Amino acid sequence: MQNGASDVLNLFRQGDVDAFEALFRQHQRAVHGWILRITRDAAAAEELMVESFWRIHQARARFNPAQGFEGWARRIATRVALDWLRTIRTSRKYELSLEDCAEAAAPAQGDPAVTAEIRTKTALAFGRLPPKLRIAATLAVIEELPHKEVAAALGISVAAVKLRVFRALRLLRKDLEKQGITP
Amino acid sequence: MNTHDEERMKKLLRQSLPPVKSDAGPERDLWPALLRKLDAPATARAMPGWACFNSAWFDGALLAGLVGLAAFFPATIPLFLYYL
Repeated sequence: MQNGASDVLNLFRQGDVDAFEALFRQHQRAVHGWILRITRDAAAAEELMVESFWRIHQARARFNPAQGFEGWARRIATRVALDWLRTIRTSRKYELSLEDCAEAAAPAQGDPAVTAEIRTKTALAFGRLPPKLRIAATLAVIEELPHKEVAAALGISVAAVKLRVFRALRLLRKDLEKQGITP
Repeated sequence: MNTHDEERMKKLLRQSLPPVKSDAGPERDLWPALLRKLDAPATARAMPGWACFNSAWFDGALLAGLVGLAAFFPATIPLFLYYL
């Protein structure tokens, strides 16, 4: 079994399409889920997943089978999603999707004083953050993933993840305060 | 912002944007789309709509502008470093 997996990775590295399809089938769900967590947009996640696997195929010569496929694929998918966030951040469609998320959020376990309006304003302010900060906060705060996992996906240190999260929260707070909301 | 404020902001953020349920996978088989993309010639490769803007010249101009600004106003360098 171990040899079989190793063979597939080596064949993929040599450009074998069947091996690439096997890896695609095996990892597509994880990569799609990862992108969806970052983008929160199902249609975009599908498009970006295709782009990610295309980049994975183009970069196959640089792949080191000893380091594992999933982490490498996740790093590439994160870069693709980050590029998307950079281009989409000012679009009305993205704002509307954030508004929908905030409106759909149930305040069940939260503070009852946090109204739908505050949630929407918070979501929109979050969408205005620089993408590098937003992606770190999305993964570490909203998705509650371990900092080590976020750092590996972003290709930065754990300390840098913590700093980005802190800066994201501080900027978010400033934005909300400007709108008269004191979190 | 102290630790207490930080925790409150985290809580507010989670209430506003709950985690995504992401284990379902894509709704359709994307392998054919990927194969088409792989088969497309490099020059005619279908770019996603959000990536069709060729920004190489803009990146160069922006970099030149920033270097010029940093040369004439060195006090702005810490500001750039902060936003890196």
